[in-house]
Amino acid sequence: MIQAEHELHKRRRGRNIGVGVLLAGFIAIVFGLTVVKVTRGDFEPPRTQLEQSGAAPAPAPETDQ
Amino acid sequence: MSDTGLDHTMIQDPAEPGFGDYVRLFKPRVMSLVVFTALVGLLVAPVQVHPMVGFASILFIALGAGASGALNMWWDADIDQIMRRTASRPVPSGKVAPGEALGLGITISVLSVIMLALAANLFAAALLAFTIFFYAVIYTMWLKRSTPQNIVIGGAAGAFPPMVGWAVATGGVSVESVLMFALIFLWTPPHFWALALFMKSDYADAGVPMLTVTHGHDATRRQIFIYTVILSVLAIGLGFTAIGGPIYLLAALVLNGLFLLGAWRIRNRDTAAAEADGYAVERKFFRLSLIYLFLHFGALLGDATLRGLGLWGGWA
Repeated sequence: MIQAEHELHKRRRGRNIGVGVLLAGFIAIVFGLTVVKVTRGDFEPPRTQLEQSGAAPAPAPETDQ
Repeated sequence: MSDTGLDHTMIQDPAEPGFGDYVRLFKPRVMSLVVFTALVGLLVAPVQVHPMVGFASILFIALGAGASGALNMWWDADIDQIMRRTASRPVPSGKVAPGEALGLGITISVLSVIMLALAANLFAAALLAFTIFFYAVIYTMWLKRSTPQNIVIGGAAGAFPPMVGWAVATGGVSVESVLMFALIFLWTPPHFWALALFMKSDYADAGVPMLTVTHGHDATRRQIFIYTVILSVLAIGLGFTAIGGPIYLLAALVLNGLFLLGAWRIRNRDTAAAEADGYAVERKFFRLSLIYLFLHFGALLGDATLRGLGLWGGWA
C-alpha cells in the first residue's frame, strides 16, 4: 500500500514552493527594473545635436538604386 | 505483490535536501553583513539611486556573495567536515551534493553579475565579478591552505561590498569607497585571529595554516595589536572625509578606544593566563569586533541621514 505522505515528499514540496517563490520574486524584480528604466528613458537612443537644436535632419543621400 | 505494494517509508536515507539546506549553502549570515555594508556604500554615495534600482542591486550583490559562499563550501567540504564550527554545513554534512553546490555557485555567480550590470552599471558588475573570483579562487582555493597570511589577503573579498555599493551609485571608485574597503580589510585579521586564539584546535586539526598554528599564540597576539593600531588610525581618519560627520567621529573615537584597549589586553597576556579564564578577553574582543564593524557603518549611515536632512554640511 502506498504511504501517501513521506518526509521526503514534504521536503520536496517545500523546495518546490521555495523555488516557485524565488522565480516569482525574480520576475517581479526584472519587471520593476524594466518599468523604472523605461519610464526614466534609459533605453531611448541618444539624440543628435542637430535634433536637440530644433533644426531639420539632413536629407539622406540619394543612391542609384 | 504489485506496484502498489511499494512502501515509501522503506526509503531510509532520502537524498532530498530541503529548501533551507540550499539557503544555508549561501551562508546567510555572511550575506547579511554584505547586504548591510553594500547598502551603506550605496546610501552614503553622493549620487542618488532610484529605490528599485538600489534594491535590486543590493539583492544581486548579496546573491553574488552567497554564490561565492557556495563555491567556498564546495571546495572546503573536506576541511569543513573536520572543524566543529563548520561540520554541520550542508555539503560536509552530506545534505547537499558537492556537484550541486558547484553548479549553483557558478550559475548564481554568473546570473548575479549579469543582473547587476543590467540593473546598475558595468563597473559595479565587474567589481562584483572580481569579488567572487577573489573569494572563491584567490582565497578559498589558493591562500587559505597555503599561507598564514590567508586571512589578511583573503579579507579583501569581504571588504569589497561597500565599494560595489558605491560603484552602483557613482559608477566608479573614490577615496571614500577605498577607505570603507580598508576599514573592513584591516578589521578582518584581528577579528579572525581573536577567533583562532580560542578555536585553535579546529584549525590545527584541519591543517589550515592559521597564524596561531604556524607562528604560535604570542606572535598572533602581537599581530592583533599591530593591526588594531593601524585600523584605529584609518577608522578615525575616515570620519574627516566627505562621508564622515559628528556621529561617525564620536562612534569611531569610542569604538576604537575600546578596540585598542582590548587588543592591548590580548597583547599583554599569554596562553596560560588565557587558558585560566577560558579565553575571556579574546572572546570579549571577538564579540566587540562584531559590534565594531556594524556601528561604524551604522554611524556612516547616520551622518548621511544628517546630510540628507540638511543638518550637517561637512567639515569644510
